[in-house]
Amino acid sequence: MTDATRQVETAKPDGALRRLLRRKLAVFGLVLIGLVLLGAIFAPWIAPFDPAEQHFDGLTLEGAPLPPGGVYLLGTDLLGRDLFTRILYGAQTSLIIGVAANGLSLIIGTLVGITAGFFRGWIGTVLMRFTDLMMAFPALLLAICLAAIFTPSLWIVAMVIALVNWVQTARVIYTETSSLAERDFIAAERILGASTGRILFRHILPHLVPTIIVWGTLGISTTVLLEATLSFLGVGVQPPTPSWGNIIFENQTYFQAAPWLVFIPGAAVLLLALAFNLVGDALRDVLDPLQRGRD
Amino acid sequence: MAGYLLRRLVQSALILLGVSFITYFLLFILPADPVRQIAGRAATAETVANIREQLGLDQPFLVQYSRYLAGLFQGDLGRSYLQRTEVSTLIGARLPATLQLMAAGIATELVLGLSMGVAAALTRGKALDNSLMITSFVTVSAPQFVVSLLLLYVFAVKLGWFPIGGYGTFAHIVLPALTLGLLGSGWYSRMMRSSMVEVLRTDYIRTARAKGLTRARVILRHALPNAVLPVIAMIGIDIGIFMGGIVVVESVFGWPGIGQLAWQAIQRVDIPIIMGVTLVSAAAIVIGNLLADLIAPFIDPRIKLR
Repeated sequence: MTDATRQVETAKPDGALRRLLRRKLAVFGLVLIGLVLLGAIFAPWIAPFDPAEQHFDGLTLEGAPLPPGGVYLLGTDLLGRDLFTRILYGAQTSLIIGVAANGLSLIIGTLVGITAGFFRGWIGTVLMRFTDLMMAFPALLLAICLAAIFTPSLWIVAMVIALVNWVQTARVIYTETSSLAERDFIAAERILGASTGRILFRHILPHLVPTIIVWGTLGISTTVLLEATLSFLGVGVQPPTPSWGNIIFENQTYFQAAPWLVFIPGAAVLLLALAFNLVGDALRDVLDPLQRGRD
Repeated sequence: MAGYLLRRLVQSALILLGVSFITYFLLFILPADPVRQIAGRAATAETVANIREQLGLDQPFLVQYSRYLAGLFQGDLGRSYLQRTEVSTLIGARLPATLQLMAAGIATELVLGLSMGVAAALTRGKALDNSLMITSFVTVSAPQFVVSLLLLYVFAVKLGWFPIGGYGTFAHIVLPALTLGLLGSGWYSRMMRSSMVEVLRTDYIRTARAKGLTRARVILRHALPNAVLPVIAMIGIDIGIFMGGIVVVESVFGWPGIGQLAWQAIQRVDIPIIMGVTLVSAAAIVIGNLLADLIAPFIDPRIKLR
């Protein structure tokens, strides 16, 4: 093994993880994601109450929700349900949708991008024209429209988000694939008689992994925001299933008197989206050798 | 140039045609029934069938779509199912409000984003740079509705400086424009920072310094103009994201623009309005992208349009 290849070898994953952990903001993001993940997984054990239970003592005598503090850690909502419990269960919704919708959009985007970038010709043209077309769609409007008309369940919301969000990934993967496809080592493989499948899976795809990881991470942030927005408008995840967005939707009318019902779940959405953005951005620096060492 | 322009215009028209087809198709196959909305719950099966026939909704998909398209080519966006008004009239009445908000929002995001980006680039690696970059991460991660509600709560409910919602005076536009401006500023500040950092590294900046020009003059006269243009050209590409924010911000602040029109139409399955607003937004996005590409060679003469 020559020196050059050894260097390339050491620039691979474990080195990347170490470099990632040296960045304070990335570590902050990872810790936040870890906390939300633990909260979501262990919600049934951590949560002090049942998310759907309407407590008699959860409302004041006038029927107003309780502010944070006391038995109900973060206060109660308009129906006297414990907000802390609902936030914990809401984390489940956010993460399930974040992972499912983003995974699906990543798969669609990667498939479209690789196919268009590798096969060029009419398949590539048709796919990229279609991607251009999707770029011209007002994404949020399309998502609202689809979600509103479908009477959404958790999975439909995830699907709608995936259908709107794959476009960016497809464009990035397309650009990378088409430049990879022109490289000498791919030509050499072809001459050696490698099948198209082998070239795609053994030679092109591994080079795309860093890009897929970066876009996958950044994409979760977009997905979390989109889910929250749809649920806030009342066309996303439907109550009684708690989601951070629909907690705000349900309590919005009362928000001047009980601002915590809007701002606590709002802060949760912001922090989770921020966490994935921070980690994704750090990953981009760490995994892309061209970016390394620049500012 | 003329050939390029012509080709891009044809492409843009085809994209809009595609958008109209897909939207019409989605609205056609989706389970919600506009006729039920128009007729009301108490309507008999006969009334429902009559309305369906009147609106041509009993026809097969391609017949309906080609009728819509024929109208579209004559500038006719159809008639609202529920309001019995031309969609173009409805959109025309709402468009000025949205354009005002867009202009104010884009101006705010540029002022905030560009100044933050320049400040960060000039203090690279220092505390100010770091905190500005963290701020930019926060703004790109903040949900539009949370920022809207936060500004509304602090500046309208608690401090009472601005009205809670509505339209009309300058005070009405401040909070919605600030929301859009804050949300977009992070994106611009990061681009402005890297563009400025890159320009500050070039030889001509070093030459300007070597000539003995003051730091202020080098930055204002030499670096800034070159760094700012590519960032401003991004407005065209940003329009798509911006249009999304408009729907939410208009609904929170009760701003009577096309975002709110669309949102109401979606809830009532008023398909002609949904189609109209989608097409107008898509046209804005396509025009924005086209303009961004067209001005690119004026900003950077190395770029050739082909």
